[in-house]
Amino acid sequence: MEAAIADAHRHEWAFVVAATIRVTGDIDVAEECVQEAYSKALSAWPTSGIPAKPGAWLTTVARRKAIDHLRRLSTHQRILPAIVDANEDDSIPDVDGSLIGDDRLRLIFTCCHPALSPEAQVALTLRLLCGLSTSEVARAFLVSESTMAARLTRAKKKIATSHIPYQVPNAADLPSRVDAVLSVVHLVFTTGHTAPTGADLMRRDLVERSLDLCRMLRVLLPDDAGVTGLLALIVLTDARRTTRTGPQGELLLLSQQDRDQWDRAAIDEGVRLVRVSLSERPAGRFALMAAIATLHAQAPTWEATDWSEIVALYDLLLAAWPSPVVALNRAVAVGFAVGPEAGLSVLESLRVDPHLSSYSYYESARADFLRRLGRFDEARSAYQESLEHCANDVERAFLRERLTELPG
Amino acid sequence: MSEYLVLIYEDEAAMGAADEATFTKIMDGHNEFGERNAAALRGGNALHPSSSATSLRRDATGKLVVTDGAFAETKEALGGYYLIEAADLDEAIALAAQVPALFGGVEVRPIRVFD
Repeated sequence: MEAAIADAHRHEWAFVVAATIRVTGDIDVAEECVQEAYSKALSAWPTSGIPAKPGAWLTTVARRKAIDHLRRLSTHQRILPAIVDANEDDSIPDVDGSLIGDDRLRLIFTCCHPALSPEAQVALTLRLLCGLSTSEVARAFLVSESTMAARLTRAKKKIATSHIPYQVPNAADLPSRVDAVLSVVHLVFTTGHTAPTGADLMRRDLVERSLDLCRMLRVLLPDDAGVTGLLALIVLTDARRTTRTGPQGELLLLSQQDRDQWDRAAIDEGVRLVRVSLSERPAGRFALMAAIATLHAQAPTWEATDWSEIVALYDLLLAAWPSPVVALNRAVAVGFAVGPEAGLSVLESLRVDPHLSSYSYYESARADFLRRLGRFDEARSAYQESLEHCANDVERAFLRERLTELPG
Repeated sequence: MSEYLVLIYEDEAAMGAADEATFTKIMDGHNEFGERNAAALRGGNALHPSSSATSLRRDATGKLVVTDGAFAETKEALGGYYLIEAADLDEAIALAAQVPALFGGVEVRPIRVFD
């Protein structure tokens, strides 16, 4: 029973919240009503049994509570009487598929509105779409619960005072708005895949939420190549999850991972999705990132990796997405395709970018090239510089190990 | 419907260095904006440069202190504004995006209603 409720929480939360916001027009009130609906499920389902359509049951209860709440408001406070009347009809929401899709889409686009700060977008998405509690979201980003609560409150206030509309953007704005949503989901994934701080390399809860979100997006926007590309990227990258750390919890590089332990079913799914996402011309950034991930996933060994093809894909990616991090990753690929001297030279040309000045991967890439070139003193400084900007314990341990291995 | 203030911020030095043709282009842009969106406009004006501004503050004793110049020293200065009416923020953004702001950008701020 507890598993069923937890399941209903994970899979139905977004649907129920989204449908309830449409009644209340107010996110806070909707959250309360949904919370109450889940509490009611906890007390009712053990006796009445789990309903055939838990989402529909929860939505009906939440919306009824929302309508009750609206009725209790004095007449002049009731801003949307039309909506209250329209929802007198308690028909099971399942029936109209488009209505279901639209509500969650409305919610996603609202949470990821560009008028909200990126941190706010991520926090709202995790809270409202994934149903994480405020303390769970706080823990995911290693901030205090009160900090996260304040962040969520500010975000909801911004939505209310600026009148961010609860709707799917019009056709002209859709591409850039979808891209913003994908950035949020991608950020949740990368934060979970390699945690920026803390004792563990990964935060599985964030990875799993990003996967849930991306699969939900794929259902709601089945023809969007960016969504397909991101799902491919997540699935392909996460296929390596069991091999990224060794028996002592130590970091294992791509060159050291046991490829037999990679999730082949996930890789197969990823490869199928990449093909679909690359049918869009020109190829989008997520499709290209997924294509690079495919080359790694399909190489039988590290030595067999097609680095020139990877560099070619990075060239396309950089053109589509001129980000300093992409440029850095391309430099690393050049280092393997051509040689450490060439890679180092590309890295040097990126030195001026302020975004990379406290980015630990910049210095660790430099350190690796210098190490391979036998320039050990310079490598030592670069590893030390990298350590200064690295806050993840597993990565720090790796960097310190590299330092001790340096001769002289 | 809600009201928003669209504040136009511009780099005055760059603006001042602009040639006649650029200036005409900007004025035409504002006229076009006004004509195209007449129904949504509730007001708007260009402002004299920040050098014409006078700021008022109270010092620790509560005495009025009058100084020359804008309130805050920033790279871009407030150059003008429009008061617009829009259904929601997306509509306000779509309108604000049409405002010429060659040497800076615009800020969209919701008007606060007290009831």
